[in-house]
Amino acid sequence: MSTSDETTTSNGNGDGELYGLLAEFDTPGELVTAARKVHDAGYTEFDCFSPFPVHGIDTAMGVKRTILPLVIFGGGFVGALSGLALQYYCNAFAWTWNISGKPTWSIPANIPIAYELAILLAVLTSFFGMWAANKLPQVWHPFFRLERFGRVTDDGFFLGIQAGDQRFDADKTKQLLVDAGAIAVDPCYLEADPVRKQMPKWITGFIVASTAFALIPFAIAAKARNSHSSEPHIHIFPDMDFQPKYKSDTAMDMFSDDRANRGEIAGTVARGWLEEDDTFYRGLDNGAWTTGFPKQYPDGTPFVVDDKLLKRGQQRFNIYCTPCHGYDGHGQGMVPTRVAAGGGNWQARNLVEPQSVVVTMPNGQLFNTISNGFNTMLGYAAQIPHADRWAIVAYVRALQRAQNATLDDVPADKRSAIQ
Amino acid sequence: MSTAAAEHPHEPGKAREAFRAITRDVSWVAEAPKPHKLWLVALAISVLAFGWGIYSIYILVTRGIGVWGNSNTVAWAWDITNFVWWIGIGHAGTLISAVLYLTRQTWRVSINRAAEAMTIFAVMAAGLFPLLHTGRPWFAWWMIPLPNDMGSIWPQFRSPLMWDVFAVTTYLTTSVLFWYMGLVPDLATFRDRCAAQGKTVKAIIYGVLSLGWRGSARHWHRYERAYLILAGLATPLVFSVHSVVSFDFATSQLPGWHTTIFPPYFVAGAIYSGFAMVMTLLIPLRYLFNLQHIIKQEHIRAMCRVMMGTGMMVTFAYFTEFFIAWYSGNPFEQFTFLNRCFGPFWWVWWFMMFWGNACVPQFFWSKWIKNNNVVIWILCIFVNIGMWGERFAIIGVSLSRSFLPSNWSYYSPTRYDVGVFVGTIGMFLMLFLLFFRYAPVIAMSEVKGASPEAHAGGPSIGGHH
Repeated sequence: MSTSDETTTSNGNGDGELYGLLAEFDTPGELVTAARKVHDAGYTEFDCFSPFPVHGIDTAMGVKRTILPLVIFGGGFVGALSGLALQYYCNAFAWTWNISGKPTWSIPANIPIAYELAILLAVLTSFFGMWAANKLPQVWHPFFRLERFGRVTDDGFFLGIQAGDQRFDADKTKQLLVDAGAIAVDPCYLEADPVRKQMPKWITGFIVASTAFALIPFAIAAKARNSHSSEPHIHIFPDMDFQPKYKSDTAMDMFSDDRANRGEIAGTVARGWLEEDDTFYRGLDNGAWTTGFPKQYPDGTPFVVDDKLLKRGQQRFNIYCTPCHGYDGHGQGMVPTRVAAGGGNWQARNLVEPQSVVVTMPNGQLFNTISNGFNTMLGYAAQIPHADRWAIVAYVRALQRAQNATLDDVPADKRSAIQ
Repeated sequence: MSTAAAEHPHEPGKAREAFRAITRDVSWVAEAPKPHKLWLVALAISVLAFGWGIYSIYILVTRGIGVWGNSNTVAWAWDITNFVWWIGIGHAGTLISAVLYLTRQTWRVSINRAAEAMTIFAVMAAGLFPLLHTGRPWFAWWMIPLPNDMGSIWPQFRSPLMWDVFAVTTYLTTSVLFWYMGLVPDLATFRDRCAAQGKTVKAIIYGVLSLGWRGSARHWHRYERAYLILAGLATPLVFSVHSVVSFDFATSQLPGWHTTIFPPYFVAGAIYSGFAMVMTLLIPLRYLFNLQHIIKQEHIRAMCRVMMGTGMMVTFAYFTEFFIAWYSGNPFEQFTFLNRCFGPFWWVWWFMMFWGNACVPQFFWSKWIKNNNVVIWILCIFVNIGMWGERFAIIGVSLSRSFLPSNWSYYSPTRYDVGVFVGTIGMFLMLFLLFFRYAPVIAMSEVKGASPEAHAGGPSIGGHH
């Protein structure tokens, strides 16, 4: 470092060209008076500095009213509009979700968010707009070199005139300030050494390095969006998505058959699955089709063919059997009807005509047909429980009798009514 | 080299002495080499409470909100009660900094900085509760309208719960920016003091934070404009936030919630409880840090009067609720209010709401009480409890006795309810105590600007607006 540096550091000043003059005043009132004098003398490149906003200094200095309020109004307006647009896009356009039949776009319900966003954008505009208009942050300023200027945030009132002003003249300007009541006037010099004018290299390096580091996450995200990976997602909160368990029919190398499922153990029957009553479960009586009905239900209730059973059988028959066999059992259900309408010919079994095999078939075989199917008919074991199958058997018998009834079947006292 | 100073020797006047005294007394709080012992004790207690809160939150997040006392009937319980209570406390800070600024109440300058800090910490504590209440806080980003790969699913903006999200985040953002903007000139004061005292590291930190503020009149001009506008924006904001919070309840069908009086009723209660919290914090701290001559007794008295006014508004709202319940002829509505006074939570109504919010403000008629800080502090504690009780009575008690008696149930908190609540109190106090030690606790530039010396030295000053 040169000797001139040592002298400059002693009074906190540079050794280069003159930046300006800084005058100190005792009271805010004297600062305002001085500001008016300087302004009236025609100076433009000057500024006042004070620990708090001094009243009346704006007019004294001839500071124009800032246009900041207009900009802020614009910010708020954009906020309100974008709030409405956001809600319209989300709820009335991109995702029209019906909530209690309410309109997807209803201004009263959309006002609060538009209102909050208007305030938010106006606030952001006023905060950042104010700093931008003031050209802050700017941590460096020539006046900061003057020790005296450190009191500007405490009790000091200053007026600085820049040497760049058209009317600036080192002696005359100084005299003007002294006449205006300055208690001190200091010249402020810039640095002559170009190296010292620049930002230190390590600060530049720090800014470049931290910016580069800050970009790394974005680079990783950009890479991830544009490439494929065979690795599963990282689940920070797995939410029981992955559990240490085996699902049905998956592979597992612990057992010799490599299956996670364990079959039944030979010779065992699960509780409730014994089905030892041959008649009830299979329609057999000593190895042959039973001609009667089971004696009891598995829970021990006696099996009684009564009105209740027939009603139940009718209801189940109407659900499961009528599509093919028809309500009357003649095989004229909706399926054959539609086949015929399409020009085809397919008949379901007629359950009730006297020649039908079904009429002569033992109850057990009829039960077995319902359970396991016959020819093109599929078994209904999966849909209809055993007891209901027996109810259907009883109802089919009732249908057969009804469809082939003779006058002798009608009670004697009712015969005259239908003859 | 300066020569003018030698040519014009001038003793600094009285005005500068007054400004220096303000700088010195406020900076002393942060510059004192050792903090007060009571400050350390308070900090230790609040850190412990905060630690308990973190533990409770850890258990809550890892096990789910089943560890809370919330049930199918009382689905909103302490969590939402605490949310509303904290948000309300925050409102006093904005009221002091914004509304009193617009109404030119210069006494606000001694307390606005601390009140704004209180607002920010209270809103932080408040925001935690709905987040935890969701059960899976890591999905909280679903409330932000972000493009997503879930089939373009968007938030439901017609719901008061979404309004809440926007109102509270806007409120937090505005409070932080407003607070920080006010801090900048004072941070510059700290920067220059640290630089003068040779504390380089501190000076650099304060220097970066103060953005190179140099007190330029051209800067002050825009700064004051922006500050005025921010105050103007914060005022409707503060009223809208608690109104939106009250919509969470008022737009539902539940007796005790479904009432149009809620927005003003909630805002008045918010300001009432917020002022109580400001006094709870500042009455001891102004003694601890020798700030009695800046936070003067007349400022405490003014806050007492605000509490008296807002407290009576709250009392009037209670009266209106009861009157409307009777006048409406709606048996469910009538039952709700009888249940509030004489139901299983009768003590919440009598000891918290009636005593804390209807009786306590009447004490402030007394001049003796307004000058007796111990009594004021105790009364403020009652108000804090009372306003919490009011929020619980509205939320929890109404839910526990809804339309169907088969729905009814009692609510009792678990240790995790208590833990999270105490934890937020700990966090709030911890942040506030740290703030009080390391930041400019009083808006020095504003106090200077509001002092009589600000007009010293010029006959021209009086003539300007």
